[in-house]
Amino acid sequence: MSAYEYETHEFDVVVVGAGGAGLRATLGMAEQGLKTACVTKVFPTRSHTVAAQGGIAASLSNMGPDHWQWHMYDTVKGSDWLGDTDAMEYLAREAPKAVYELEHYGVPFSRTEDGKIYQRPFGGHTTEFGEGPPVQRTCAAADRTGHAILHTLYGQSLKNNAEFYIEYFAIDLIMSEDGQCQGVLAWKLDDGTMHVFNAKMVVLATGGYGRAFFSATSAHTCTGDGGGMVARQGMPLQDMEFVQFHPTGIYGSGCLITEGARGEGGYLTNSEGERFMERYAPTYKDLASRDVVSRCMTMEIREGRGVGAEGDHIHLHLNHLPPETLALRLPGISESARIFAGVDLTKEPIPVLPTVHYNMGGIPTNYWGEVLAPTKTNPDAIAPGLMAVGEAGCASVHGANRLGSNSLIDLVVFGRAAAIKAGEVVDPKTANMPTNKASVEQALDRFDGLRHASGGTSTADLRLEMQKTMQADAAVFRTDKTLSEGVEKMGAVAAKLDDLKVTDRTLVWNSDLMETLELTNLMPNALATIVGAEARKESRGAHAHEDYPDRDDKKWRKHSLAVVDGNKVKLSYRPVHLEPLSKHKDGGIDLKKIAPKARIY
Amino acid sequence: MVELTLPKNSRMVTGKTWPKPAGATNVRKFQIYRWNEEDGKNPSVDTYFVDMDTCGPMILDALIKIKNEIDPTLTFRRSCREGICGSCAMNIGGINTLACIYGMDEVQGDVKIYPLPHMPVVRDLIPDLTHFYAQHASIMPWLETKTNRPAKEWRQSIDDRKKLDGLYECVMCASCSTSCPSYWWNGDRYLGPAALLHAYRWLIDSRDEATGERLDELEDPFKLYRCHTIMNCAKTCPKGLNPAKAIAEIKKMMVTRSV
Ligand SMILES: Cc1cc2nc3c(=O)[nH]c(=O)nc-3n(C[C@H](O)[C@H](O)[C@H](O)COP(=O)(O)OP(=O)(O)OC[C@H]3O[C@@H](n4cnc5c(N)ncnc54)[C@H](O)[C@@H]3O)c2cc1C
Ligand code: SF4
Ligand code: FES
Repeated sequence: MSAYEYETHEFDVVVVGAGGAGLRATLGMAEQGLKTACVTKVFPTRSHTVAAQGGIAASLSNMGPDHWQWHMYDTVKGSDWLGDTDAMEYLAREAPKAVYELEHYGVPFSRTEDGKIYQRPFGGHTTEFGEGPPVQRTCAAADRTGHAILHTLYGQSLKNNAEFYIEYFAIDLIMSEDGQCQGVLAWKLDDGTMHVFNAKMVVLATGGYGRAFFSATSAHTCTGDGGGMVARQGMPLQDMEFVQFHPTGIYGSGCLITEGARGEGGYLTNSEGERFMERYAPTYKDLASRDVVSRCMTMEIREGRGVGAEGDHIHLHLNHLPPETLALRLPGISESARIFAGVDLTKEPIPVLPTVHYNMGGIPTNYWGEVLAPTKTNPDAIAPGLMAVGEAGCASVHGANRLGSNSLIDLVVFGRAAAIKAGEVVDPKTANMPTNKASVEQALDRFDGLRHASGGTSTADLRLEMQKTMQADAAVFRTDKTLSEGVEKMGAVAAKLDDLKVTDRTLVWNSDLMETLELTNLMPNALATIVGAEARKESRGAHAHEDYPDRDDKKWRKHSLAVVDGNKVKLSYRPVHLEPLSKHKDGGIDLKKIAPKARIY
Repeated sequence: MVELTLPKNSRMVTGKTWPKPAGATNVRKFQIYRWNEEDGKNPSVDTYFVDMDTCGPMILDALIKIKNEIDPTLTFRRSCREGICGSCAMNIGGINTLACIYGMDEVQGDVKIYPLPHMPVVRDLIPDLTHFYAQHASIMPWLETKTNRPAKEWRQSIDDRKKLDGLYECVMCASCSTSCPSYWWNGDRYLGPAALLHAYRWLIDSRDEATGERLDELEDPFKLYRCHTIMNCAKTCPKGLNPAKAIAEIKKMMVTRSV
C-alpha cells in the first residue's frame, strides 16, 4: 500500500473541469443551492474553450428568418441520423435562451447595425429544413468567440463566489463498493498534496481527447481525462469512432482557421486553381458539412491535385475579401496565418489540411447529463452519482458529425441542464456517504506506480507512437485493411503502458508524471476509437469507410459502446433515441421532416 | 539578466550542461532557469542544445523538444500552443512574452529563458500567479446591470462595441504586469496593467451600469495611481494590447467625474 496522506473535502457537487461546460455547470449548481467545488488542472481561462473561434449556434433570427426546428433539422442531418432526437430537440430549443443569458453575463458579441448580436453563416446550417439558402445562425464575437465566452463565464463565477480548486489534477473517480460514484481523488500541483473531494454528484467536464492523434487543432491539455477515468471503472464510452477532422487546420502546425472564414466568403482550391467544392456539393459548396469538405479535400489530394511541393495540402483563399472585412470579422486568424503559416491573408492563400478537431464520442449521457451505464434490459440505465457534460460527454447531439458552432452551445445548454437535474436529485441536507477508503487506496496505488515507473519506454516516446498510429490508421479515410492493422498496432502500443519510464519522481508540479497520467487517459480513448471504427461496417458522418461507402441504417443506426480493459476493448450497442421531446401536434417537429434520407449538401 | 525573486536563502549557481544531440549540425544553445524546492538545491541555469533541423519554429517547440527528448524534468506551463490561453508566459531573451508565438528567429544568439520576473516561483519556469489572479478578481470582471434584463440581448451599437476592442482580447498572461517597475515595487497594492486593463474593459462597456462604483473602488493612491506611464506593459504585451492607454483613460474618467 502506498503511503500518501490526503485531505478530504465535503461538497454536494464536484465539477471536474472549468471550460465552458464546467463553468456553466458550476454556476448552475450554485444557483440550485448546492455546495459546489470546481476542480481544474488549468486556470479556468486557459481551458481549451478559449480557443474556439467561429461562434455559437442559436436561432435568434437576427440576420433573417430562422427557427429552432430548422436548427434541429440541420443538427439531425449533420449527425447523419445518429444523434439522439430528444437531446437534439432540447439543444435547438434551449439555444436562444442560453445565448441571451451569455450576453447578459457580458459576452462582447459583435453587433449588427441595430445593435443586436451579429450572426454569421457556418457549414451545414440552413433554412427551410435544408431546402432554403444558408442561414446566418452562428453568434460571433469576431473570431474569438470561445475566448469571449470563457472569460465572461469565469467572471460570472467570481461574481457568484464559486469555489475553485485550480491546478488540481483529478486522477481517478472514487466509487462505493456497489458502484456509486462518491467523488474524485486529485493532486494539487503547486505543493504536491493529495485531496479527496467527497460529493453526492461528480460532473466530468474534462473536454475532448484530440491529442490521441498526431495532428490536432486541440490544445496539449485535451487528453480525455474524463473518458480515461470512466473507462478505468469498467464503464463504457460511446460512439468513439466518430472523430471530426476540421477541413482547415494550418498545414504544419495544425492551428485552426475557423469555418467562419468560409462563412465570410472564403473558398478552397486545388493545384489546378479549381474551386472543387462546387463539384462535390453544388448547393452549399464550401459551406457543406465538415466531414464532407474534409473528405473532398482528401480525395483531391489523393487524386494528385494537392498543392505545395509534396502536393499534400489545399489552399484556402481569403485574399479576395476586402481587408476591412478581414480586420473586422477575422482579426485573430489574420494573426494566426501570419505567425504559423507566414502568410499575409490579404494577399496569399493559406495552406490547409483536414486536422483532428473534435470528438463526437464520449461518456454516454441522457440530455440531463446523467451518465448511462446500460444494462441488457435497460439501455438507458443511469450510473448513480455521475454526470458528464461538454466534449467529454456524448448526449448525443452530434451523432456521427458535429456541426460547427454546435459545440459551444452544447456546453452551455447541457451545463445548465445538468445543474437543473442535480437540483432535483441531490439533497443538500443529507450527509455524504463515508469515503470508500479502498477505492482511494486503489487510485493512490496507481498514481504511485506511475510515479515510480521504471520501464524502458518514455512517456513522450509512447505518446508519439500512439499518435502516429492513430493518425495513420484511424484518420479521414478508413479501410478494412488499415483499420484492422491499426487495431493490432494499437493493442501493442497500449500494452507498452506496462513498460513506461518516468524520470521525475518529485511531487511539486511534476509535469513528467502529469503527462504520464494523461497518456494513461488518452490510451483507452484511442483504443475505443480504433476498435469501434474497425467494427462499424458502413460510412456515416465522420466515419468514412472506403470498403462500405454507404450508410446502413438497418444494421448500423445504433450507438456503439466500448468497454476498455487493459489493451482489450469489448463492444456492444444501444439504440438511438428516435422520439423527440414534443409531439408535432404540440408544436414539435414533424417526424417526416427528420426521417433518414441521403445526406446531400 | 532579468530581475528575479529568488527563493529564500538561495543564490544562483551554474547548472548542468546537457550533452549535444548526436549527429546534429544545426544546434542552438538554450540556457534555462531551473529550481525545484524538493531537491533542496540552489536555483541554477541549465544549458541544453537543440537540433534546429528537427524542431518547430517557436520557442515553445524547443522547450517541448527538450522535455520530450533530453530532460523530462524541465517544467513549464503550456496548453493551446497558439497564443490564446496565456499559459506559457515567460522571460525570453530579456522579454516577457508567450513562448508559443515567439519565434526562435526573434532571439539573437543563445536563448536565455527565465520565469516572469519578480514573481514567486513554484518550480522552473512556473510563477505563482495567485496574487495576480486575486487582483483581476478584485476589479469585478463581470457585467453589472441594474435595469431589468431584457427578454433578448442588451442592445449595443457597433461603435460602442468597438470600444471593447483592444481590451477584451487580453489572455491574462501577466507579461505586462511583471514587466512594470511600479508593479515590482508596489505589486501588493498597485493593481498593475493587466487588472487595470480589465477594469477599463468593464468601465467602458455601454451595457454596464456600475461605472460609479467601479471608479470609487479604484480611487486610491495605490491601486491606480502608481502607474507612471513607463510603458513597459504596452511594449511587451504579446497580444499587441496597450494597458497603459487603458489606465490613462481611467484616469481621465476620474477627472471628468470630479468636475
Ligand atoms: C481550435 C478550436 C476551435 C473551435 N471553435 C469552435 C467554435 O467556433 N464553435 C464551437 O461550437 N466549437 C468550437 N470548437 C469546439 C469547442 O471549442 C470544444 O468542443 C469545447 O470548447 C470543449 O469545451 P469543454 O468545456 O467540454 O472542455 P474544455 O474547454 O476542453 O475544458 C476542459 C476542462 O477540464 C479540465 N480538466 C481536464 N482534465 C482534467 C483533470 N484530469 N483534472 C482536472 N481538470 C481537468 C481542464 O482544466 C479544463 O478546465 C473548437 C475547438 C477547437 C479545437
Ligand atoms: S494586457 Fe497583454 S501582456 Fe497584459 S495580461 Fe493581457 S495579454 Fe498579457
Ligand atoms: S500555450 Fe497557450 S498561450 Fe502559449
